[in-house]
Amino acid sequence: MIKSYKVKKSLADTIIYTLLTIMGAIWVFPLFWIVMQSLRGEGGNYVAYIIPHNFTLKHFIDLFTEKVVFDYPRWFLNTLFVSICSCIISTFSVLMVSYTFSRLRFKSRKFFMNFGMILGMFPGFMTMIAIYYLLKLVNLTGTLAALIICYSAGASLGYFISKGFFDTIPRALDEAATIDGATKNQIFWKIILPMSKPIVVYTVLTSFIGPWADFILVRIIMGDKTPNYTVAYGLYTMSNDKNIKKFYFQFCSGAVVVAIPITILFLNMQKYYVEGVTGGAVKG
Amino acid sequence: MDNGSMNAFQKVLFKIKSFFVGIPKVLFAFFFAIGNVLYKYGKRFKDGDFAVKLSYIIMGFGNAVRGQIIKGILFLLAEAAYILYMVSFGWQYISEMFTLGTVHRSIIEMVDTGSSRTSATLSTASNSMLIMLFGLLTIFITVAFLAIYVISTKSAFKVMQTVKEGKKPATFMSELKELLDSKFHCTMLTFPSLLVGIFTVIPLIFMILIAFTSFDSNHQYPGFSFQWVGLENFYDIFGGNAKKAATFVSLTKWTLIWAVFATFTNYIAGMIVALMINKKGIRFKSFFRTMFVLSVAVPQFVTLLLMRQMLNKYGIINEMLTTFGWIQTEVPFLTDAFTARVTVIVVNMWVGIPYTILITSGILMNIPEELYESAKIDGATPVVTFFKITLPYMLFVTTPYLITQFIGNINNFNVIYLLTAGQPTNLSLYNAGDTDLLVTWLFALSLNKNNYNLAAAVGILVFVVCAGVSLLTYNFSNSAKNEEEFS
Repeated sequence: MIKSYKVKKSLADTIIYTLLTIMGAIWVFPLFWIVMQSLRGEGGNYVAYIIPHNFTLKHFIDLFTEKVVFDYPRWFLNTLFVSICSCIISTFSVLMVSYTFSRLRFKSRKFFMNFGMILGMFPGFMTMIAIYYLLKLVNLTGTLAALIICYSAGASLGYFISKGFFDTIPRALDEAATIDGATKNQIFWKIILPMSKPIVVYTVLTSFIGPWADFILVRIIMGDKTPNYTVAYGLYTMSNDKNIKKFYFQFCSGAVVVAIPITILFLNMQKYYVEGVTGGAVKG
Repeated sequence: MDNGSMNAFQKVLFKIKSFFVGIPKVLFAFFFAIGNVLYKYGKRFKDGDFAVKLSYIIMGFGNAVRGQIIKGILFLLAEAAYILYMVSFGWQYISEMFTLGTVHRSIIEMVDTGSSRTSATLSTASNSMLIMLFGLLTIFITVAFLAIYVISTKSAFKVMQTVKEGKKPATFMSELKELLDSKFHCTMLTFPSLLVGIFTVIPLIFMILIAFTSFDSNHQYPGFSFQWVGLENFYDIFGGNAKKAATFVSLTKWTLIWAVFATFTNYIAGMIVALMINKKGIRFKSFFRTMFVLSVAVPQFVTLLLMRQMLNKYGIINEMLTTFGWIQTEVPFLTDAFTARVTVIVVNMWVGIPYTILITSGILMNIPEELYESAKIDGATPVVTFFKITLPYMLFVTTPYLITQFIGNINNFNVIYLLTAGQPTNLSLYNAGDTDLLVTWLFALSLNKNNYNLAAAVGILVFVVCAGVSLLTYNFSNSAKNEEEFS
């Protein structure tokens, strides 16, 4: 009886190992494939094998040196600049708003919270045309500043997750500090923020990654102003039906270059990411 | 009936009922609040002395005469700035809001360019879009000004009372200091609200208004202005225009099918994988985890563009299948209506399962071990255990997450747009393809066809669906109820 149980168990484990390996392979395959493509020395865009016959770093060198049509290095710096700026602005506004809603009690608090929630339910694309015209009024279309504003302006509407976190910090701390004569301002900067590392990291991480992944707003704001593109929209332009034949390898190597820093960042911070999401979104 | 004795279904009904009962209450509270402000505004005027009464016309007067000079001057400046703005700029746009411009395009002069051809110089029609945008801005500025105005009367009254009680009015510095303590919420909210106000609220109201106009490709500046058309766009969608109505129905169906499949395939499959990885006795846990998590870390647009290349007619997958001799002709992954729909759902699993693994792993580990053990003693197979223990438990804990995912999928733009861009085009639909969701249709309508009014109407309808679902969810989740737990 015990023996057969063991056999059954090891059989189950074997099945699980096999399944996990197959699935893992499926999940890693596209990523592996694009890395191999970016290293492929021989031409031909669509080939039926995965491992290249000749390895080369030529495409990466091309990517950073051939800047006539698509200036990838500049896109990369654009994206870095935009994401650092918008990350600072959005992190501060999200934390400020969520702290206010979590800790301070004032008359129109509930109204503001519900209003923010309702705003968040409209599809984002609806407003983009209007935003475009607004930016055009102040002559900001086609600039990186416009991107920064757009990415960070609505950030504070996503206050739920960090508010959920602040709600879990005992209020006794605030009260004790108040008795010691601290103002609300001091409590925020000196007590709550230092205690909130996970949620700060989460907010920074998500708002930093945002601009690396967006290609819609860039398209609307930048139009055909290619030098001001970010990597996401730049790669999107490279991969459309008109360009892909010519820029296939540049697209592949460009995708690898943008994926590497984000992947490293994410893998190192995933603990905070999971804490952030599950802390805010999943509450029995 | 109290909450404890109801079953899940009754609870849902109860929540829905209390939600709808709540709507009039909220509306009532809103109007009550406005009425209250007006009442207090009038009462202050009645009870105030001459200086207070004068501050109702000259803002800040009451403050200035009682020693709060800086504050008084600031109020006065606000009033002056507003009046200047209205007279020089704002009024004209407000007055045109009703018609959205009445100037039509006309021929200024005809020039004979020889060989019986003439070229005409045309004047421009009114720019309705600009009128609306500026009109809206002016309305916003007016509302903000009215708020400042009411605050100024309040402040004048308050300082009168303080002086009457024989106290010294607060100095400007001490009031500034208050902004860091008892009025800290004002300090904290000002900057974010300004950003949200300008870049979310105004554009949103603008687009909502657009849904009630005729702003489409035939009404573009400088040729033609557009007008208010009332509910015509909604009427079109709900049957007035056969093609638009058919498109709306067909896309709504597909959007819902997509949302259900995309949400639940990811949720269930992701949980099963997470269970497999975390099963006792399985080794290399972190290795397997990383294999999956890698695809979350790589930016979504990269992997999706990649998938599009791979699933292309001559892409690697078709090439390999042909080489292996498994298929004779290329599989139309992204070009046949049904196949494309299946493909996007499957690719979405590739995108979404690792995410579910990340989120659910921790919660899965929290399911009490005894439950599983007693099930095992009773001879339950793993499948039965999953459906009888794991799934109900997880559904119970992660309902809010699930519904957020569902709404996210209704609005899931990236997967569809990057993979198929709504293709294959379906000529029986109005500017849409077979895999188009409502949001991608909205996007195509406004960007490719300049059909802003229809797009805005669709946006409002998507909002109605999402808002219904999420407000219900919000009422469900304990995070709303237990908010004050730590206070």
